[in-house]
Amino acid sequence: MKILAFAEQRNGQFKKTAFETVAAAASLGGEVTALVIGGTAAAIAPQLGGYGAANVIAAEDPAVELYSATAYAKIIAETAEAAGADVVLLPASAMGKDVAPRVAVKLQAGLAADCTALTAAGGVLTASRPVYGGKGVVDVVVTTPRKVFTLRPNVFTAGAPSGAAASVERRAVSLQPSDLSSAVKEVKQSGGKKDVSEADVVVSGGRGLKGPEHFAMLEELAGLLGGAVGASRAVVDSGWRPHDEQVGQTGKTVSPSLYIAVGISGAVQHLAGMSSSKYIVAVNKDKDAPIFSVADYGIAGDAFEVLPAVTAEVKKLLGK
Amino acid sequence: MKIAVFVNHVPDTEAKVKAGADGRSIDPAGVNFMLNPYDEFAVEEALRTRQALGGEVVVVSLGGDANKETLRKALAMGADKAVLLKDASARDSFGVASALADFAKEYGAEIIFGGKQSIDYEGAQVGGMVAELLGWPSVSVVVKMEIKDGTVIAEREIEGGHEIVHATLPAVVLAQKGLNEPRYPSLKGIMDAKRKPIEEKTPAPVEARVQVTALRNPPAKPPGKIVGTDASAAAELVRLLHEEAKVI
Ligand SMILES: Cc1cc2nc3c(=O)[nH]c(=O)nc-3n(C[C@H](O)[C@H](O)[C@H](O)COP(=O)(O)OP(=O)(O)OC[C@H]3O[C@@H](n4cnc5c(N)ncnc54)[C@H](O)[C@@H]3O)c2cc1C
Ligand SMILES: Nc1ncnc2c1ncn2[C@@H]1O[C@H](COP(=O)(O)O)[C@@H](O)[C@H]1O
Repeated sequence: MKILAFAEQRNGQFKKTAFETVAAAASLGGEVTALVIGGTAAAIAPQLGGYGAANVIAAEDPAVELYSATAYAKIIAETAEAAGADVVLLPASAMGKDVAPRVAVKLQAGLAADCTALTAAGGVLTASRPVYGGKGVVDVVVTTPRKVFTLRPNVFTAGAPSGAAASVERRAVSLQPSDLSSAVKEVKQSGGKKDVSEADVVVSGGRGLKGPEHFAMLEELAGLLGGAVGASRAVVDSGWRPHDEQVGQTGKTVSPSLYIAVGISGAVQHLAGMSSSKYIVAVNKDKDAPIFSVADYGIAGDAFEVLPAVTAEVKKLLGK
Repeated sequence: MKIAVFVNHVPDTEAKVKAGADGRSIDPAGVNFMLNPYDEFAVEEALRTRQALGGEVVVVSLGGDANKETLRKALAMGADKAVLLKDASARDSFGVASALADFAKEYGAEIIFGGKQSIDYEGAQVGGMVAELLGWPSVSVVVKMEIKDGTVIAEREIEGGHEIVHATLPAVVLAQKGLNEPRYPSLKGIMDAKRKPIEEKTPAPVEARVQVTALRNPPAKPPGKIVGTDASAAAELVRLLHEEAKVI
């Protein structure tokens, strides 16, 4: 089996999902080629050897420093063809989800998206993916000779890199103007704050917090834990928090190691976005709130008392 | 401008999920279906585009007769025409995309709106596949857009920020919540929608590329530990997170 792993970079730095994607490819067995696209892709390419890539192809061109759905799809599909890849893995990130359907069509391949498990047994690859907002899971088999999968971020672990080296091949990119018919012109960063979908700890607040000013409590705890602040839809719709923090069916899907839900009832549409978190903590004054049905640990009490106490304990633990 | 909107008919978000007799698809008993929430933003954006640039809005859905309910909702919001690509079999995303792309070509669509994702199978695939089949650019997860000199200038959500994307027309635009505030159908809209015909077409068959072998419910979580009911439980909670879960 030959596998092409797409390693996402932005601003000359790999995203965590790049390592996850390469490591997942290596765990399937077979020969792993990784692909990095960008203006200075070759400079960072060697890092991928440590996660199991034997070869890394660096497609370098100033025209593809910023993402372009049309150009990236072309480069990924052409690289897969040239490498004779049977399987293409991408992250189910904003970029991976956008480009994968195009890559699949170009390769006449079936696509299984947002997979939370991928196993190779007896030469058959089976993927599992959540459906219906996490209320169901399907097992899927891609039936075409070439297969494309996108992997949910934070679910496949990369582990610590080994000292292995990869051979890096710089590949020129040849693009027509029509290949850039869809192109990113500018990236607006939201003030350097960590995104809920990438954070390893998410501290989310709901209507139980009573007003936007009380989110400072969550910001403090999230800051201590190196995490991000999330929100329920009720809070976003009230204008207390921006939409990019919304977790759930119509917001973001997150799978952090630790998800702390404060004053959130746990409506199915909220659970849809966070039930694949590794550990869930709920703080809610209603002991019958549905959030407790998915929580590993809970405190059935008033957030205004409990949260400052938790923050104080965390400070003690971290020696701050 | 000829504007096409792809609308999917999906179980509502409260639906109980249980596998049917085949073990692979949802048992529809007692499940209510609705217009996919993201597609509602797509319909609204199409109506606004028609208002700004003139033209007509056709809404298209692939599925069985039940999908007419969703098409009527879009008509009631103000779409001009509705087309049902009638196929009640469970097509995979590529099968759906092929039929929708064939329709868009035949109709002569100049822009296509869809949702970023269906909330049933959650593929987020169909829009990108249609664009690739047509050889068009596309922008997904769009929260803001305008059309200027034949180019869609769109803002899409990414991790930790937004990307400003330029896509030349014809293009596919896939809506995220926040793009607009969808209108409620007016009473007159609802009455008119009842009278508007829904055209039916039979899409060409397409071989499946992905096969679902099982639909399961995720393993039930063992009941969590209620550590306490007030601030005095904080120390124990933090100890458990540190020593047992090892997440802090
Ligand atoms: C199509 C659709 C899509 C949706 N998408 C999303 C989505 O993406 N994300 C999302 O979150 N929701 C979504 N929703 C909305 C969802 O159904 C709920 O309405 C929403 O999640 C409720 O938010 P909440 O838990 O903050 O508020 P509430 O349901 O009002 O819950 C507040 C909770 O705070 C507790 N509380 C009150 N005071 C205190 C206190 N002092 N201390 C501790 N606890 C306290 C209460 O006991 C209660 O459980 C969607 C709905 C629909 C129909
Ligand atoms: N059966 C369908 N009929 C019409 N449009 C669809 C259908 N399935 C998906 N779409 C469109 O494609 C978008 C993405 O769907 P999906 O790839 O299924 O997540 C949806 O939001 C719809 O706009």
